[in-house]
Amino acid sequence: MQVPDLIPVVPEILMTILVLSLLVIDLFIKQKEYIAVYTVVGSLLVIISVFYCTGVTFKGMFVADSYSIFFKMIFLINVIFAAIISVEYLKKRASLYGEYYVLLVFATIGMMIMASAGNLIVLYLGLELMALSTYVLAGIIRTDGLSTEAAVKYFLLGAFSSAILLYGISLLYGITGSLDIREIGLYIAKEGIINNKLLLLGLVFFITSFGFKIAAAPFHMWTPDVYHGAPTSITAFMSVGPKAAAFAIFGRVFMIVFPALSGSWVNLLIPIAILTMAVGNIVALAQTNIKRMLAYSSIAHAGYALLGIIAASNEGLSAMMNYMLIYLFMNVGAFILVIMLNNQAKVGDSIHDYRGLSKSNPLAAFLMLIIMFSLTGIPPTAGFMGKLYLFMAVVNAGYGWLAVVAVIFSAISAFYYLRIVMFMFMNESIEEVKLSLVDVNGLLLIIVVFMVLFIGVNPQPFVELARLAIL
Amino acid sequence: MLNEPGTYLPVGYLPILIFLGFSFVFGLGSLVFGLLLRPRRPYAEKLSPYESGIAPEGEPRQKFSVKYYIIAILFVVFDVEAVFLYPWAVAFDMIGLYGFVEMVLFIFILVIGYVYAWRKEAFVWD
Amino acid sequence: MLNQIIFGYFAVTMISLALIVITRKNIMHSIVYMLILFFHIAGLYLFLNAEFLAAIQIIVYAGAIMVLFLFVIMLLNLREELRKSRFAITWPIGAIFVVLSAVMIIISVFGNRFANVGNVKISDIEKVGHTVAVGKLLFVEYLFPFEVASLILLVAIVGAIVLAKKEIK
Repeated sequence: MQVPDLIPVVPEILMTILVLSLLVIDLFIKQKEYIAVYTVVGSLLVIISVFYCTGVTFKGMFVADSYSIFFKMIFLINVIFAAIISVEYLKKRASLYGEYYVLLVFATIGMMIMASAGNLIVLYLGLELMALSTYVLAGIIRTDGLSTEAAVKYFLLGAFSSAILLYGISLLYGITGSLDIREIGLYIAKEGIINNKLLLLGLVFFITSFGFKIAAAPFHMWTPDVYHGAPTSITAFMSVGPKAAAFAIFGRVFMIVFPALSGSWVNLLIPIAILTMAVGNIVALAQTNIKRMLAYSSIAHAGYALLGIIAASNEGLSAMMNYMLIYLFMNVGAFILVIMLNNQAKVGDSIHDYRGLSKSNPLAAFLMLIIMFSLTGIPPTAGFMGKLYLFMAVVNAGYGWLAVVAVIFSAISAFYYLRIVMFMFMNESIEEVKLSLVDVNGLLLIIVVFMVLFIGVNPQPFVELARLAIL
Repeated sequence: MLNEPGTYLPVGYLPILIFLGFSFVFGLGSLVFGLLLRPRRPYAEKLSPYESGIAPEGEPRQKFSVKYYIIAILFVVFDVEAVFLYPWAVAFDMIGLYGFVEMVLFIFILVIGYVYAWRKEAFVWD
Repeated sequence: MLNQIIFGYFAVTMISLALIVITRKNIMHSIVYMLILFFHIAGLYLFLNAEFLAAIQIIVYAGAIMVLFLFVIMLLNLREELRKSRFAITWPIGAIFVVLSAVMIIISVFGNRFANVGNVKISDIEKVGHTVAVGKLLFVEYLFPFEVASLILLVAIVGAIVLAKKEIK
């Protein structure tokens, strides 16, 4: 028996070593902050290794191509951010467990496996590894009823969507006799079974379960409650990581397994994307809790990113990937400020807590302004560039009207994002909030805002990186 | 003929089917037989639970401690591990050293889980 | 013909048992019916020439997971549920979705076609035995998913302790 080539899996192996050592270290040290530091340093090392470990191994089950590398970069940056912003937050809630970081890294390993999955079994196992860890993370503040409720809701609906995915996988296996993504795609093309009803049913199941994971309407019902109830640092983590991972498998499965059926799934995804943007943007208008508002905004952004899949082209995919990277920075930025207000003044959950922030801390208000501009998609921020590439891709694919619809919904989103800006700059504060940017969260916020502006002004290197990463 | 899907008959399991049938008939039969034979003269005291001794109080079902849950889930995890060991052991002469290394890795990861559970006092009852 | 009858028995029984499980008011009764359901699933595996899976179905599901179910139910102490109405008020909507999905699946099944039989044919399995066939496949072809499975089991351990342990040391 030939020993498989292990080079492509090195990042995953390193992450596994990291997580196992974290688990053991947690048993022996009392200062859990060191575990966070170790997580950050370890993940940074893994980012470097990601770029050097490419190839296909385990008989095509594991594919470390440039597509997966781009996503792994997103996941690792995401876990680093999440680890940094969690320390203070958890300490304030007396929930500073070492297991928290262990589960963060576990979830990230799951995402990395998903991004590299060349086989549906591997895809499913990666998804489960990610999902199980995030269910636990959502409920990790055990004294908080909302957190527990979030975990239970997320778990029940997540298990349901996993079951639907398994049904879809079994149908595909029954029809094509293979679990290998590439082989299934070739078989479908060779046999010309694009009108097979069972295959279409499998396709619908895949859309349903992936739609659940990216929080696309009408499978978004869990999102507001879970994002609201989960610890804020976890909300920041799971509004990017699992979503980007789901987009990674969305892109890979649909572009490799179902390219011949693109006529069918594009027609299915267009109403889903429109509905997602509509639900996300319109319901967000009515929210007064900022975590719920960001949850609906996250639904809306999933709708925009879906446009990249609808384009069904490499241009669309790279625009989607680029958007995920940009969304990572702007979303984390918004959550950092919420967490800082939470840590330092025990406020920040209601949008009214942001009134008059420009008086008490002009710099923080200004940074939040840039992030809100970016989420809306106003130049010169990265959010604008991300949307521009997505809309261009969708126009080039021949759906100009869809781009117009998306622009209209973006305009609607300005109402609720800029409402916060208005509160910060034009209103008097109800009570004085002292906010200091001189800590690690503040530093991270500045870095994130810098990245948002940097990508906004100079998007070329990131677009090129994403364009290299075509399937 | 054997290669056609849906035509397989596990004939080797016929004794088990017969056994199942027999135990089903025996169990049900003895209940029915007893029902037919025994005299039925019910009265209130006879029908109440615990014919002799103290009258029952409260609900029969009590709330379990969450401790049982941890034990149960640890049991499931290591049960599944044992299940993986079985085909490994049976097919060992075909997979050899290669399979051995794999299984060592698999068990190593779970042993870390075991040590973790141990140190976190998951096995301590109080 | 005999096979069709056997499959029909399993299919009809399993669907009825599943319906019974979700319609019982007393959740303990549901559990017992689910146990019977698990045994039927094991029987179906047997007729698919998957003896090992049949054994696993009984050991892991009917044995271990059933116990877990029972513990969780005892934990919740659902005496209230016995007095409440059996279904949430939204059940007609759910029923509509179920019927529609069932119609969709039934229509699709007519498009059924069998792919090439996989690498492992029934005759090969007959020769070496199902457990050996599973072992060979699992530890040679599917070794990567196998190792990932160990990580998932580890997450289960960590998750259970984080969520359910009274005081985390």
